[in-house]
Amino acid sequence: MGDIILTMKGIDKTFPGVHALDHVDLEIRRGEVLALVGENGAGKSTLMKVLTGIYKKDSGTITYEGHPVEFNNPREAQDAGIVIVHQELNMIGHLTVAQNIFIGREPRNGPFIDDAKMNADAEKLFQELNIEIDPKETMSRLTVGRQQMCEIAKAISHRAKIIVFDEPSAALTDAEIAQLFKIIRDLRKKQLGIVYISHRMDEINQITDRVTVMRDGHNVGTMLTSKSSKEDIINRMVGRVIYENPKAQSNVKPDAPTVLKVEHLNAGRMVQDVSFELHKGEILGFAGLMGAGRTETARALFGADPKQSGEITINGKKVDIRSPEQAVRAGLSYLSEDRKRFGLMLKKSIAENSTITCLPKYCRGPFIDKHREREVSRKYVEELKTKTPSIDQMVINLSGGNQQKVIIGKWLIGDADIMIFDEPTRGIDVGAKQEIYELMNRLVSQGKSIIMISSELTEILRMSDRILVMCEGRITGELDIKDATQTKIMYFATQRA
Amino acid sequence: MGNDKKAQKRKSSLTRTFGTQEVIVVGVIVILFLFFSLASQSFRRYTTVVTLCNYMYYILLMAIGVTFPLITAGVDLSIGTGIICYSIVGSYVISQMHMPVGVGMVVTMALALLFGFLNGIIIAKLDLPPFIVTLCTMMIVRGLGSILAGGLSGVWPMAGSPGSWCRSIFKINAGGKIIPIGMIWMILLIVIMSFVLRKTRTGRYIIAIGSNKEALRLSGVNVVKWQVAAYLISGFFAGLAAIAYACTFSNITPGTGAGLELDAIGGAIIGGTSMTGGSGSIFGTFLGVLVISLLKTGLPYVGLQANWQQIITGLVLIGAVTMDMTKRHKAAG
Repeated sequence: MGDIILTMKGIDKTFPGVHALDHVDLEIRRGEVLALVGENGAGKSTLMKVLTGIYKKDSGTITYEGHPVEFNNPREAQDAGIVIVHQELNMIGHLTVAQNIFIGREPRNGPFIDDAKMNADAEKLFQELNIEIDPKETMSRLTVGRQQMCEIAKAISHRAKIIVFDEPSAALTDAEIAQLFKIIRDLRKKQLGIVYISHRMDEINQITDRVTVMRDGHNVGTMLTSKSSKEDIINRMVGRVIYENPKAQSNVKPDAPTVLKVEHLNAGRMVQDVSFELHKGEILGFAGLMGAGRTETARALFGADPKQSGEITINGKKVDIRSPEQAVRAGLSYLSEDRKRFGLMLKKSIAENSTITCLPKYCRGPFIDKHREREVSRKYVEELKTKTPSIDQMVINLSGGNQQKVIIGKWLIGDADIMIFDEPTRGIDVGAKQEIYELMNRLVSQGKSIIMISSELTEILRMSDRILVMCEGRITGELDIKDATQTKIMYFATQRA
Repeated sequence: MGNDKKAQKRKSSLTRTFGTQEVIVVGVIVILFLFFSLASQSFRRYTTVVTLCNYMYYILLMAIGVTFPLITAGVDLSIGTGIICYSIVGSYVISQMHMPVGVGMVVTMALALLFGFLNGIIIAKLDLPPFIVTLCTMMIVRGLGSILAGGLSGVWPMAGSPGSWCRSIFKINAGGKIIPIGMIWMILLIVIMSFVLRKTRTGRYIIAIGSNKEALRLSGVNVVKWQVAAYLISGFFAGLAAIAYACTFSNITPGTGAGLELDAIGGAIIGGTSMTGGSGSIFGTFLGVLVISLLKTGLPYVGLQANWQQIITGLVLIGAVTMDMTKRHKAAG
């Protein structure tokens, strides 16, 4: 076991409404791979962003090679030898491999870039890593896995002493993962400190030496990988504490009719043979890790993205949905996880946003009946308790919770019976969260049916009557609420095909 | 938010009714008018008004039309060479095929609508960038106009020749004094199109496309249809502009017209139409066109010719765009 190269102590970071990191300690050692695991939103990425200077910490200290350090931006961290290999690669597709690696610090020959030296240097790097990539190849022609190796080569070229891998295997094939692991083992031998962020338990067992588990912005324990079981790690990740009361049993009447039936839905890599039913008055939870294909399923169902195959039956009638227009006509609605991009006209008033799903209903001939538009908009502002000075307020000026209410309102005005809530409380503070939950419960009691996609297990357990778990584009498990536990959900969520 | 409300209250009723930018533009118009009047004696004549109107009609018509694609966060570059092409085809129908002027006008409008529709359908259905698509149709109509006219100038009825009634659509001669009655039609069209933009479903959807096209699509609205509508409106007004141009100037040189669309687009932007879409007004466009037309007719009186007009119009545009950006930054912050 190597000596400590970096220590983070008492790191604290608060975003508006969220205590993202609560006095977190972390140790990185030379010649060791440290796994950093936790649920979505546990604070792993935030911690690494604090380490590499992307975020500023509120308090706490970072000691690197015996000296306290404070990085103001990723560049400073990089110069000091701390590099992060992101999940989404930061490569410029048009440039060559070597140009990407040396971008911003190209070797010069007078005023000109010394291409020969640059390519030779890149070649040397790849030799060091035992990778065969042509430095003159255009970046976009490489597979994602090989692009990632270029990222690693770039990191090495910065004389990195610590490399952070942020979910590096998410987009890789098995063969590429094997090669990645070989490289990581080489780097470990060269006495680098490595942090490996991942959700995948089997990988953690294969490649890491120690595991640090994070939950809700806390470091809840560090242990030797060889001495901890998969169950052990999952239990720590989800915690045994019950934060909010989970639903004890389903509220759906046993004879509730099926309002939506989806059979063998296929749409790209992220939606594979998805079949399920939704009953009247039910909240059907879709659980899973990020990138499990839940949003993609919802979008394919709603006609927002093309699907390859699949049959959809609504209230016993087969429907052909190829556009959101047809979906809305069939009584579906979709509340996106990205409200600002996909849900709202930010610089328009609440009134204008409210009637957009069913403007013809509020028109006389070609003309908008502004009086009725304002009336209905006001009615729903009151009913949903949207906090706003007036219905003429631009929605950009509302808080996240109130923006969500405007979106819910517009679908209620549009008379949607089946509502797909994608991460309904993301970015919403605790109080408003509660209100959104109450609203959803009221909606189902009024006969609406809800599909709720959520990455928060507590939310899934609290709201759902039934839970479907997805992993890598497939439904891997179905749980009735009375049998569901966080551990069971996580088990299915990491069930790779 | 409390500060916002106070700021809104502090705004005078004038800026609340017309918008800050429009009030500033009116100020600019007044200043320009005073400046030219003081600097040049000949500017102060009645004929200047007539010239101003002659120049304004077709630019204003194009500008009203192009405001709609601009509000969708698109653009229509094909209108400048378009009006030349459409009116040349109209002139061919009138002077070569010896059809009545009315038929020539119908043909002109039909062609303009056709290209508006083509622009719209290509942009909306194939999801191509409006800038590129209309740049291509701009070149296509320029070539087409020249080919159809066989390289000859297009001629619309002159004063005294049969069919010259079309000239009196825009100005009449009352006892030696020329009265630009075209302004009446312009005001009428401004009112109607303001109404279309503010009070109808078509207008609402067109604004919504510019605000957030994807959100509109996910709200179950047929975005393609309304995007096409915006380009159809632009085409329709390019047709009207072609007729106004033909009736005012009679002689149309094939292959010209490039750059006229920039006067129209510039006018709309000076008038407060956002280049990133989602907002704009027809009245603002009118004011913006007035600025551009004033510069066009006024600068020669103070001895500044075409090249200077370009420079000054450019500077005015930068000012207008800066105002738009500042507004946006404020709204975002």
